[in-house]
Amino acid sequence: MAEAMIKAVGLTKKFEEFVAVDGINFEVKKGEAFGLLGPNGAGKSTTMRMISATSQRTAGDLHILGKDPNQKGPEIRAHLGVVPQSDNLDRELKVWENLFIYGRYFGLSRAFLKKKVDELLAFAQLEEKRDAKTDSLSGGMKRRLTIARALVSEPEILLLDEPTTGLDPQARHVLWDRLFRLKEQGVTLVITTHYMDEAEQLCDRLIVMDKGRIMAEGSPAELIKQYSSKEVLEVRFGSTKNAEAAQNISGLGDRVEVLPDRILIYTEDGEKVLKQIVKLGFEPVTSLVRRSSLEDVFLRLTGRQLVD
Amino acid sequence: MSLIGATYDSAIAIAERRSGKLGSNLYVGRSSALLERNLLAVRSSTWLTVFSGFVEPVFYLLAFGLGLGNLIGGVTDGSGHPVSYAAFIAPALLATSAMNGAIYDSTWNVFFKMHFQKFYNTVLSTSMGPLDVALGEISWGLLRGLAYAIGFMAVITPMGLVPSWWGILAIPASLLVAFGFSSFGMAVTSYFKSFQQMNWLNIFMLPMFLFSGTFYPLSVYPEWLQSIIQAFPLWQAVEMIRALCLGQIGLGLLSHVIYFVVMISIGLVFTTRRLTALFMR
Repeated sequence: MAEAMIKAVGLTKKFEEFVAVDGINFEVKKGEAFGLLGPNGAGKSTTMRMISATSQRTAGDLHILGKDPNQKGPEIRAHLGVVPQSDNLDRELKVWENLFIYGRYFGLSRAFLKKKVDELLAFAQLEEKRDAKTDSLSGGMKRRLTIARALVSEPEILLLDEPTTGLDPQARHVLWDRLFRLKEQGVTLVITTHYMDEAEQLCDRLIVMDKGRIMAEGSPAELIKQYSSKEVLEVRFGSTKNAEAAQNISGLGDRVEVLPDRILIYTEDGEKVLKQIVKLGFEPVTSLVRRSSLEDVFLRLTGRQLVD
Repeated sequence: MSLIGATYDSAIAIAERRSGKLGSNLYVGRSSALLERNLLAVRSSTWLTVFSGFVEPVFYLLAFGLGLGNLIGGVTDGSGHPVSYAAFIAPALLATSAMNGAIYDSTWNVFFKMHFQKFYNTVLSTSMGPLDVALGEISWGLLRGLAYAIGFMAVITPMGLVPSWWGILAIPASLLVAFGFSSFGMAVTSYFKSFQQMNWLNIFMLPMFLFSGTFYPLSVYPEWLQSIIQAFPLWQAVEMIRALCLGQIGLGLLSHVIYFVVMISIGLVFTTRRLTALFMR
């Protein structure tokens, strides 16, 4: 079961002088849900496009099911289901036709597709929209249809580029549920996202990318353990007193991060630190003890600067 | 979910059948899937726009051939025989029909698919190759050109404007013409990025239509201008189809055929290269 579906060694992609992906190594195993995390411009989508055999690497090695995408593009793509970042459904076709014709692009027979389309419409909960044009679908429906479309060819690997961006919470949860089912059926998932809760929900293992490089690799739990603490205490003293308070509590916990509006203290026991702060004579306006999340790891590794 | 897949070929089995064949990274022999897609799409589009493209040359024929033709009387064809003015311009308008039909889909529609519908991104993320896509889209443009040409033929033949039986060959000739324009049209379009650039096409097409020996023989021009116009594809098309309709069969026809074969090949090569550069870089 541990065979490598995707193997990248020193994978590099340059656009003229700009290095989008800078010599990364990773492996994705069969049946795994693998996440690519990172801020905008980290190189996630470029990596994804190289995996999907629609972008040629500049250097390094990439093998998908043991094949080189530069040489065997169509053959590799027959194994993949691709869910792109922005919906690119065929607006001139009806919902069912979108599924049907996509299967025809893979050369699948009409008889097979007739059954397959019905099965996928049920999976995507779109039976009632069968004859609708795609323009009339909601954002969540479009995403589900795009995922269903990617499944027409019964792929072994499903590539999802920011699958839930722009969806409301209900739609996201429905989508996650569908992805879980696929995972149970043994489909290997590769997901890029910048939603940390999504990564924690879906991914067995992930890499955090920044500026084309891999900053960290591991399961969500491992990464939290390694790069953050068990709990985080967030305290606010009001913007005028923040700096003064920060100086005096800087020794508490494992690590203290001072933000303009609040102070974060990474620690094994948030309540205990909070009591210590009060004992020192600083009464926070508000305080919150929470579990450390992947978001803390992410911000620590990739910084808080805004990336546009 | 793969239960029903057992009795059918899987996408992987289909793809692997072509493994190792020459050019299997570019072409998997599945351009017909694009024709199928376009056929599904056209079913729900407005037939009025399809029809309007067909009637345009018919209007030219009525206005110039029958209207203006009454004033002119006749002209002499290439070998000095007199022909009616309508019979002189009818083959030229047939060539124009084939060109127009081919150009509609391979230029503006391709432009929209390329830049606004992300259509080629979608298709190229399946197991199709860029040459499949180029060939599929070009063939679709060709079919519309061919349909217009057959329709126009059905108008002019009963009017007695196709004096020779050789005229039947004007249909396969129109196919060649449509193929050439569709192929070249898609190649050129694939390099255009804005609406302004697309408008250059119109600026080029109208004078080509008016001055390619469509409405009068090329001999009215000075010689230097004649040789320029002879380089344009519509002149090649007009000459070829006119010779067939008027029954002037000669070896000269072969040069027109070669011209279009070259045009088709150049279009296919550049479209494929451009699709690869745009969507698979």
